[in-house]
Amino acid sequence: MTSLPITLTINGHRHELEVDPRVTLLDLLRERLDLTGTKKGCDRGQCGACTVLVDGKRINSCLALAVSHDGADVLTIEGVAHGEELHPVQAAFIAHDGFQCGFCTPGQIMSTLGLIAEGQAGDDPERIREGLSGNICRCAAYGGIVEAVLEAQEQLAKADRRTAA
Amino acid sequence: MRDFDYIRPATIPDAIAAAAEPGSAYLAGGTNLLDLMKGGITSPERIVDISRLPELNRIERLEDGGLRIGALVRNADLAHDAAFAKAYPMVAEALLSGASAQLRNAATVGGNLLQRTRCSYFYDTASACNKRVSGAGCAALGGENRLHAVLGWSDACIATHPSDFCVPLVALDAVVEIEGKQGRRHVTLAEFHLLPGETPQRENALEPGDLIVAVRLPAEAASFAANARYLKVRERTSYAFAVVSAAAALVVDGGKIRAARLALGGVAAKPWRARTAEAVLLGADANEATFASAADAALADASPSGDNAFKIELARRIVVRALTSAQAGTPERLPALPASPFSSIPGARHDA
Repeated sequence: MTSLPITLTINGHRHELEVDPRVTLLDLLRERLDLTGTKKGCDRGQCGACTVLVDGKRINSCLALAVSHDGADVLTIEGVAHGEELHPVQAAFIAHDGFQCGFCTPGQIMSTLGLIAEGQAGDDPERIREGLSGNICRCAAYGGIVEAVLEAQEQLAKADRRTAA
Repeated sequence: MRDFDYIRPATIPDAIAAAAEPGSAYLAGGTNLLDLMKGGITSPERIVDISRLPELNRIERLEDGGLRIGALVRNADLAHDAAFAKAYPMVAEALLSGASAQLRNAATVGGNLLQRTRCSYFYDTASACNKRVSGAGCAALGGENRLHAVLGWSDACIATHPSDFCVPLVALDAVVEIEGKQGRRHVTLAEFHLLPGETPQRENALEPGDLIVAVRLPAEAASFAANARYLKVRERTSYAFAVVSAAAALVVDGGKIRAARLALGGVAAKPWRARTAEAVLLGADANEATFASAADAALADASPSGDNAFKIELARRIVVRALTSAQAGTPERLPALPASPFSSIPGARHDA
């Protein structure tokens, strides 16, 4: 099959690309666009290391064909910070020692952003654990991540209140 | 992944015409299809991407009080629809107990009905599997089969259907709306999935090109909202397929059961409606003895297909637990761990 033209907005930048239909969004990000923060772990939708936000929702980019997402708005870990200023979720992960190794952490942070946007977890640690259960790592740090999510939500809510005021 | 042609038709008739060609596969959320393609379990020559077909991503209330759920509605969107969760709580609970948040954001209602078994021999292309290669034999028989079927299995196939969503749906008399070359037709979910018999490669009532366009719930389905639970036991607390699950829904009036619905998951090649158990429940006193009799009836025809006799007793107990939970009342808010018998509903905590 010949390549097909697609357009993707990735971290606010528009990309016009020709892709083989077999290429997943994950492989496109990593191999074509050098956005290697999104990791290829299991490559089968089980570990969550490849989590990105597509049109604001977290998905496993390993199970997404790039052609099928023509026109989508994609946010990867590279687009989360504002320049040198970390996103509150990133800062909270550092503050609460929520880091796994570099392999799983980007997916954990992207998944956390999705979880907060979905608004389903609130301040319930059990709901946060369940909400992040699509990100699996054998290196632990899960406890720190729950604390980081709680703090990041608080920081983001404060920022929202400041904006509203 | 093998090479394939990729087409994205603009209309349903175009999609059906394209998919009717041999070697075609529909792509919607892709969460199961791409996994199967990466493993070489399926290698379609043509992918028909239906993910943008118009008007298939709506949830509509019908004039007769029923509900019509478009086939492209995402699992997460359906489960988090507040009106849906209120009217059909055990369906929302089942949806949220399946897979992970990332997968539920991509997976669709129609695709969920069509997900393939998780039998490890089906997934291992070096193993014999009648479902994958007709007539090849079944490596699960005599293999590692503690998680395989205890109802409706045959010597050709002992795999189970993996869906959580379909279990409460079949209990609530859901109907699958299908469009094909001959037009539109309705098939009950109970008749949609097929038992293996001698032809385990044939898993459902779809003909080549047939497209699931919607799933319907009849008006009566919402009448169980106050007393309905889905419970699921799995090998870890979260993000795992069911070893056994049960959807139980009751209408209780003056201590008597006026209406009852019961279905099991993880036990057969299809979501298993337990009609004989429902007959036991109907008109009986809502108490533990009745629930135990219903559980016995639900599993009366069960037999191990290997090292899985434990699933029969487990299923009995989950049926009793689900009926007891349903009688106690639908939780006001979905539990933190949906469908877990151990979640933090008062009186149901495992650490209390």
